[in-house]
Amino acid sequence: MSIQAESGVPTQVTAPGSGFDLEAIPYERLGRPITGPRAITGSWRRFCYLTVNIAIVNWKLRFFGSALGYLWQLIRPLLLFLVLYVFFTKVAHVGNPAAPSEQFYGAQLLSAIVLFTFFSEATMNSVRCVVDGEVMVRKIQFPRLVIPLSCVLLALFNLSLNMIVVVIFALIAGVRPMLTWLELPLVIGLLVVLATGLAMLLSALFVYLRDVQPIWEVLLQVVFYASGIMIPIDEVQAHLSPSLLHLYMMNPLAAIFQQFKHVFITHRSPSAGALLGSARLLVIPVGITFLIFVLGLYVFNRIAPKVAEDL
Amino acid sequence: MPTPAVGDERLPVVVARSVSKTFHVPEERRHTLKERALHPRRNVRSREFTALRDVSFAVAPGEFFGIAGRNGSGKSTLLKCLAGIYQADGDIWCRGRMSTMIELGVGFNMDMAARDNVIMNGIMLGLTPREARRRYDSVIDFAELRGFEDLKVKNYSSGMQVRLAFSVAIQVDADILLIDEILAVGDASFQQKCFDVFSELRDTGKTIVLVTHDMASLQRFCHRALLLERGDPVYIGESYEVADRYLELNFGREPTTATDNGSERPGDGEARVIEVWVEDADGNRLTAVPQHTRVTVKTRVLFMVDLEDPAASLHVFNEEHQPMFFATTQIENERSGYFAAGDEVVFSFTFDNVLAPGRYGPVIQLAHRGSGVDVIDKFEGSFSFVVTGSLALGGLIDLPVTSAIDRAPADSERARV
Repeated sequence: MSIQAESGVPTQVTAPGSGFDLEAIPYERLGRPITGPRAITGSWRRFCYLTVNIAIVNWKLRFFGSALGYLWQLIRPLLLFLVLYVFFTKVAHVGNPAAPSEQFYGAQLLSAIVLFTFFSEATMNSVRCVVDGEVMVRKIQFPRLVIPLSCVLLALFNLSLNMIVVVIFALIAGVRPMLTWLELPLVIGLLVVLATGLAMLLSALFVYLRDVQPIWEVLLQVVFYASGIMIPIDEVQAHLSPSLLHLYMMNPLAAIFQQFKHVFITHRSPSAGALLGSARLLVIPVGITFLIFVLGLYVFNRIAPKVAEDL
Repeated sequence: MPTPAVGDERLPVVVARSVSKTFHVPEERRHTLKERALHPRRNVRSREFTALRDVSFAVAPGEFFGIAGRNGSGKSTLLKCLAGIYQADGDIWCRGRMSTMIELGVGFNMDMAARDNVIMNGIMLGLTPREARRRYDSVIDFAELRGFEDLKVKNYSSGMQVRLAFSVAIQVDADILLIDEILAVGDASFQQKCFDVFSELRDTGKTIVLVTHDMASLQRFCHRALLLERGDPVYIGESYEVADRYLELNFGREPTTATDNGSERPGDGEARVIEVWVEDADGNRLTAVPQHTRVTVKTRVLFMVDLEDPAASLHVFNEEHQPMFFATTQIENERSGYFAAGDEVVFSFTFDNVLAPGRYGPVIQLAHRGSGVDVIDKFEGSFSFVVTGSLALGGLIDLPVTSAIDRAPADSERARV
């Protein structure tokens, strides 16, 4: 089997004698060939273990080195809350107890800020995550979707902790537990779906378009002001024509925040469905949310097989 | 369809069928939306770079398979395709749980401590978090990193990182191990540890694919190997054959012949060496000379004047300019005869190549009959050849030595105790 190559240069490939005759291998009995890198591969268990572990490790990484640790995470939304609260109640004189939906303005403001902090953290962190995870992506095979998902999960950890503060604050402010609190997981779930969709979309786009990051920073600012975080819904209603109000409520974030205030803080703040004119029209913000999710999944799935070589 | 003659246990575990890999390398990277918006229709020209061309092989269960090749030959790309990191054209089967160690790492997060990294990588390689935590101690012990566990991995030396990566890769109970260039780094004791692990893994029937350009370990551990050259599979076969071919590839591109460059040389110039080369037994000119073959150094000499009984001699020096041996035509042919002006004559020196692997420079000297100090021409410096052999045992020469062990008779054994 060995070929004595002439003039020192090997010229021919031989089938290995002790190995397999490549022609005779029953390829059909080998099972399925490996697929190469994918957004989702392997067992779901491994997928979940990885997502949770990466999130936990990054969470530890962020807080364990610093003296105040987790408190830093809380200080940012609290500070923003304080500034806005002082401005709107003392300078702009909103939070008028006479206006029905402005009851518990402070709790409304804080909860919206905390929800938005989650949204902004989940999306901003995931923009760079695939590129920052280059070492892993280039050296080891694992389902690529784990990377953006763990960013969202990390933000979700922080949201859960911040939510404790929100509940305590709300109870002190006089909010009483209501049956509609049972609807909260659904509302927060919708927000998570939206954030996950954007996380997948942005992290995939960032690999090829590096200015996605500044663009998203700017867009987040716009979204912050366009989602009714600090303006009580009465003021919005007072200044927008009904059709504009409907349009405003079609923004998934605005609808989610409004619904959260409705079910969590006070029923005097109208539900998103009511503001849209009909509960059936809720299909639009919910539809947009799922559309973004599917688009994000599609785009991420497209880039996943090639991302290791394009980084 | 003919039924395969092999039983199930004879099915290969790692199979590549016509695997190719082409990268698109854009000539300019356009990385921002702005650039795309400003020049929407300008297509980015991209160059195609084929890193692997039609590679096929099959690795049996329990086989230790090597992938050899020079830098840039596609070894690591092939391993990444096998590991499922790159999407390749063609079909690849890896049947069984796989553990990989690619580019000297398993994807450590530099900001995390060893503990988190070990557990994370264990999960990536298929363990459950509980299993990963249970194996943590043995990983750290094998890597000899006790006491450094809380240090961030970025503060590790590169040797420590590799040790940690390797011990993670071998501790996950994989059936198939893909390992890239582990032996290029690490100190001697860790290399020995790797060797021990390789032997142990081989004995326990694991399948290992090892990328290396250390031919000694290739021969020592691999049953068979694949040689790649610029993405082409050049040879698949026994590892010692692959090692020989690899060495030929490495050195085979040097000029096989040195010719007279007309420079000023010692001697009276009555004859001149115009060519020097090395041949194997079949008359092929070589620069890479395999050990333990019969080799001939030849020189072509042009006579300028009529000469009687000149002598040619050969000195061979190693890289440290130590003389390895000396040969002259004067011993066998003291009276070499009469040569007329214009004659071209070839002098040959044939020997069994017992030189240790390395580079050698032959020096050819022509002298008038006598003590050899009456120099006609001296040709040196512009030609060298390489002796290839995969085991550098450390001596200047490698004589064919046979060794034997004779156990002492039982009674004298007792007497010694």
